[in-house]
Amino acid sequence: MSISALLSMGRCCCRCCCPRGLWMLSAPCCDDRRMCVCPGPRRIGIPVRSPSLPLFSDAMPAPTQLFFPLIRNCELSRIYGTMCYCHHKHFCCSSPHVPQSRLRYAPHPAYATLCRPKEHWWQYTQGRRYVSTPQKFYLTPPQVNSILKANEYSFKVPEFDGKNVSSVLGFDSNQLPANAPIEDRRSAATCLQTRGMLLGVFDGHAGCACSQAVSERLFYYIAVSLLPHETLLEIENAVESGRALLPILQWHKHPNDYFSKEASKLYFNSLRTYWQELIDLNTGESTDIDVKEALINAFKRLDNDISLEAQVGDPNSFLNYLVLRVAFSGATACVAHVDGVNLHVANTGDSRAMLGVQEEDGSWSAVTLSNDHNAQNQRELERLKLEHPKNEAKSVVKQDRLLGLLMPFRAFGDVKFKWSIDLQKRVIESGPDQLNDNEYTKFIPPNYYTPPYLTAEPEVIYHRLRPQDKFLVLATDGLWETMHRQDVVRIVGEYLTGMHHQQPIAVGGYKVTLGQMHGLLTERRAKMSSVFEDQNAATHLIRHAVGNNEFGAVDHERLSKMLSLPEELARMYRDDITIIVVQFNSHVVGAYQNQE
Amino acid sequence: MFSRLLSIVQRHRASPGWQNRLSTRSSTSAAEAHSVALPAQAQVVICGGGIMGTSVAYHLSKLGWKDIVLLEQGRLAAGSTRFCAGILSMARHLSIEQKMADYSNKLYQQLEQETGIQTGYVRTGSISLAQTQDRLISLKRINSRLNVMGIPSEIISPKKVAELHPLLNVHDLVGAMHVPEDAVMSSADVALALASAASQNSVQIYDRTTVLHVLVKNNQVTGVETDKGHIDCQYFVNCAGQWAYELGLSNEEPVSIPLHACEHFYLLTRPLETPLQSNTPTVVDADGRIYIRNWQGGILSGGFEKNPKPIFTEGKNQLEIQNLQEDWDHFEPLLSSLLRRMPELEALEIMKLVNCPETFTPDMRCIMGESPTVQGYFVLAGMNSAGLSFGGGAGKYLAEWMVQGYPSENVWELDLKRFGALQSSRTFLRHRVMEVMPLLYDLKVPRWDFQTGRQLRTSPLYDRLDAQGAQWMEKHGFERPKYFIPPDKDLLALEQSKTFYKPDWFDIVESEVKCCKEAVCVIDMSSFTKFEITSTGDQALEILQYLFSNDLDVPVGHIVHTGMLNQGGGYENDCSIARLNKRSFFMISPTDQQVHCWSWLEKHMPKDSNLLLEDVSWKYTALNLIGPRAVDVLSELSYAPMTPDHFPSLFCKEMSVGYANGIRVMSMTHTGEPGFMLYIPIEYALHVYNEVMSVGQKYGIRNAGYYALRSLRIEKFFAFWGQDLNTYTTPLECGREFRVKLEKGMDFIGRDALLQQKQNGVYKRFTMFILDDHDTDLDLWPWWGEPIYRNGQYVGKTTSSAYSFTLERHVCLGFVHNFSEDTGEEQVVTADFINRGEYEIDIAGHRFQAKAKLYPFSSLFTHKRRKDDMELSDFHGK
Repeated sequence: MSISALLSMGRCCCRCCCPRGLWMLSAPCCDDRRMCVCPGPRRIGIPVRSPSLPLFSDAMPAPTQLFFPLIRNCELSRIYGTMCYCHHKHFCCSSPHVPQSRLRYAPHPAYATLCRPKEHWWQYTQGRRYVSTPQKFYLTPPQVNSILKANEYSFKVPEFDGKNVSSVLGFDSNQLPANAPIEDRRSAATCLQTRGMLLGVFDGHAGCACSQAVSERLFYYIAVSLLPHETLLEIENAVESGRALLPILQWHKHPNDYFSKEASKLYFNSLRTYWQELIDLNTGESTDIDVKEALINAFKRLDNDISLEAQVGDPNSFLNYLVLRVAFSGATACVAHVDGVNLHVANTGDSRAMLGVQEEDGSWSAVTLSNDHNAQNQRELERLKLEHPKNEAKSVVKQDRLLGLLMPFRAFGDVKFKWSIDLQKRVIESGPDQLNDNEYTKFIPPNYYTPPYLTAEPEVIYHRLRPQDKFLVLATDGLWETMHRQDVVRIVGEYLTGMHHQQPIAVGGYKVTLGQMHGLLTERRAKMSSVFEDQNAATHLIRHAVGNNEFGAVDHERLSKMLSLPEELARMYRDDITIIVVQFNSHVVGAYQNQE
Repeated sequence: MFSRLLSIVQRHRASPGWQNRLSTRSSTSAAEAHSVALPAQAQVVICGGGIMGTSVAYHLSKLGWKDIVLLEQGRLAAGSTRFCAGILSMARHLSIEQKMADYSNKLYQQLEQETGIQTGYVRTGSISLAQTQDRLISLKRINSRLNVMGIPSEIISPKKVAELHPLLNVHDLVGAMHVPEDAVMSSADVALALASAASQNSVQIYDRTTVLHVLVKNNQVTGVETDKGHIDCQYFVNCAGQWAYELGLSNEEPVSIPLHACEHFYLLTRPLETPLQSNTPTVVDADGRIYIRNWQGGILSGGFEKNPKPIFTEGKNQLEIQNLQEDWDHFEPLLSSLLRRMPELEALEIMKLVNCPETFTPDMRCIMGESPTVQGYFVLAGMNSAGLSFGGGAGKYLAEWMVQGYPSENVWELDLKRFGALQSSRTFLRHRVMEVMPLLYDLKVPRWDFQTGRQLRTSPLYDRLDAQGAQWMEKHGFERPKYFIPPDKDLLALEQSKTFYKPDWFDIVESEVKCCKEAVCVIDMSSFTKFEITSTGDQALEILQYLFSNDLDVPVGHIVHTGMLNQGGGYENDCSIARLNKRSFFMISPTDQQVHCWSWLEKHMPKDSNLLLEDVSWKYTALNLIGPRAVDVLSELSYAPMTPDHFPSLFCKEMSVGYANGIRVMSMTHTGEPGFMLYIPIEYALHVYNEVMSVGQKYGIRNAGYYALRSLRIEKFFAFWGQDLNTYTTPLECGREFRVKLEKGMDFIGRDALLQQKQNGVYKRFTMFILDDHDTDLDLWPWWGEPIYRNGQYVGKTTSSAYSFTLERHVCLGFVHNFSEDTGEEQVVTADFINRGEYEIDIAGHRFQAKAKLYPFSSLFTHKRRKDDMELSDFHGK
């Protein structure tokens, strides 16, 4: 179903629920909205604060303050809340065209509480005066840009002596929230003790706690898994004797990407236990570390730690609640490790990694470097059926969801799909009151017979980079739902190369009049201007993902509509989108190739 | 030999398939050209076979020099000359440029007759359109200057424009200027005709010969190294167009020729359905940034866009020009502009978009003259895409310069010596030409400043002054404050309005001037050129006495205002010289004299190791304390009496100011107001400035800028070199007899000329005009270059003007000539002639009555003051 159809449907369904209609309501908010959409000073490209960061020291308590939380402060937005609910229910219950795929969880009685657990929305419907003339309101292009660019981040691998010896030129990343707060996370870091760069996108569900924890922790687990025995020993000795630690990772973070300070000690202890085990396991003879194995181990270990921490609990009640929230929410992860020409993509869930390959004729083609772990993947369906008794074959995947509930078939956290019923009950009962009050956590999935149903084990795909591999797009399903992979690769490819030179026009022998030429040039200029608006490939991609019309061109009106959706509505039309575009250095890749 | 070259060129020109109106004459083999050996020596070697090189060769041979070799790396009339749009326009902003274009026009017109080579010369006339009133004012100013030069032109209504040109949309026009004698032609053919005429005058022309570098010995050209061999020569002329910069740098002793090329695009179309007449006038729509001429029944249209594309920054060779790409996207704004101006062209078929690199200079004026460092190295290049218009005239002036030692007109504005090595940075040139190229069609309002390539040379006080609201102008790379925006004024509102009327800084400058008159102001004048000449014996005095017209054998500590004259008695430089001690002199000259004056001194000073000339401009920060209370400030800071009894006027003393020692304090201000110049070693600059400002507080001190200085000096009838004075002005012509000591006991350069002039009388006279019926608020302001009328007859042009806050009138300075009514010949100008005239100044076509004065108002000022005092005492008496 096209978005425009959705929009018109939204209009009619709201008329059913509310006599005045949703779009009339949008009129009085114009002035407030203008205030809301400015996310403050642009913070783009701020590099990591100190060149070498010690382990866990870079906790940045900046809030994930996006522009939507600002709207929440407006009284009017509460009305949206109501409208949204009507709207929403309509979708969920009666419309056969429900875009269910946009919601990670299926409709369920518990779902309403999950979505809006606290607000008593109905109180706000009365006593409001509405402007009854429908008014068109659009964001201006600068407003659109400030929304799109609020979270953009670029990193360029520094050059030495005018040369960049890394196979990565740099990356652009950005995210556009649909949930409030956003549930997607992203991470990027350079391994300092081993070579290579780690990049990952994490799509959270049932809250952002798990994706946040994974985005903070996963790279340390991977980095530690990749470390040789001696380095591990060195680090352990340093911790033991209280000496300064060797920095393991250099993070490349947007100021909005924060690390939780409170849990750092807990996280660190778990990590330390992990490397101590690695040291104990290793007998001393140095073996080549297999990246694939390291990635799988790191994923599994982290998920295990998340689960254990929740079972053990923490004397600090805040931390205790935190680890439980992490464990009861979930997150998918798609992580790329680039070291020279060796590219590994470890994927758990339904985010995707796409390689942009430039063919000899200059055209672009997409190579998928990950498999989605969801109902569309036949192999996953078979795996699930094999892992559980035959009599569960019908219930394990229902309505394309795991146990009829969860879309991704692999994920971090989500202990509801991993722990036994006993364990769940025990933990919840002994847990804090907040947890007990939450209908969702108490709710046990139907047909829950042979847990675990869910795993965090990634599928790792190896790719040896070639000079024609120009870039890698890591993105959460928010992007892939709206755009075809081929379009994604084409748009990024044309952006990265064509930004500098559009194919020049030459008259060369054709009969062209001045008027025709003028028309052609005006058209080309209009096209160029949309490219020049973005300095960030990820932003450019989001602009297309959100604003593309049926002809594949960015339509400002549509973009403006999509971005001015109130927070409660936004989620209906799109998911959180997080994108990292990694650019490869073809010269370096070519040089590697020639060496061998 | 030449006809053979010609044929080669023509055959090559035929290949692109356009602009080919000539038939091939003979069919000699091209290979023959290579076998011709270069001569071993020649008097002059000219590098460059474009319109400049051929024009120089043509004029040199006309002036009787025969031993000339012209070298061209590719083919004759290639490069920019070949691609040039072929428009000759006399509507120029500078008088000298108008003169060059006028001469070129007359030359080209008869060239076909002289040489038998068709040049495609058609007198089409040109129409310059004005979309705004400001543009019309600008055109009116040009129009009134063209008229007094005898070039017909008129301001016409939009309706008349429509009659002159059938296709123009005139609805958005407020007026236009029509110059009926402007012409179009093929510039390549003009160059070939000039070459042909020169070759008939025994100039030898070699193509496919590349100059590698010029050989220099003892700062004198000795020969040229080419890829075909070596030529000994006395003179070398660099007419290499856009390669002139590279060629200048290729020397062992580099010659800095600051210019840079930009891509320039124009469009060629197929003929219209009813082909345009060949005499359809050329249209210049400067507000639309385009020009349009008829071309073989169709049109040729190009322009100067806002975002030029500089090229060849790293230096490339000639062949690159052939391969330049068309860039339609870049041309789009100009195409839109063209279709707005001529909507009917929509259906016209495109033939080609030509990419034709053009060369630009840092100040939009061409470059000619001799290198300041290498004698015999002449340059003619950097035409700012007016090569065809200037070609004839510029070639003529340069030839005269080489043959006679000076050109027949004042060309200081175009002189290579106005630049120094400081303008030769590639980055600077690349940035600056991106500003210059659009400026060609920008509105030229009074007192505009370049925005690029700034903050190169600054005083140590720059930041301090900037923080206090200084607005800056640039001279010879040096930042100078124009005026200071008071804290309560809106900084953004100022500087935005470009106007020919009363500027928005009027009140600010008024208060600065008032402060200079009543209290004390400080102006940072560090940009001035400062030289020190010292010797072991009397050599310094001797050479200075020979070079300068005033008597410099004065007691130590005295300052002498004097001119550095040429053989004709004209000012090469106007400066102040302080005698620091018996054997050492400190010389202060205008900022832009740094290169010119240095080269003049170098040229004339004997090679004597006991005589030392040093450029100390960078060593001193100069602060000008102007005003009646300057005395108090300085005496408080130095604990020394500074009253006229102890420190008479035009006196120089090294003393301490604040904690700083060795400050050269001079009792002069360059304005005629009381006060002092402080020459401060730069490390003390901040200290002295701070002390002066803090002590001066109680005397009402404030910062002032050059606009205030300018108003002060013009109302006192002080002439400035480079603006009012030039190499063709003698001290007698500007009322400075008192600064010339004809009988100082020894000869000096220019003495004979002055003696003769004293006997015969002068042919022009520097005069001060006070505008009478001019409304400062409502009327157009004078700038410079306005025609002066005496009893309705044109007698000269103004050279500078300013509003005098004391007189509350505009003051213009300018030269009055006495043209014979019958023959137009110049006659002697007497004081009586000046005094017995009724004068008018023509500002953009409107004539304002003016009173002429031959001597400054100093008496008036003192009188006025005395009168005030008297009135005051009267008051007290009562």
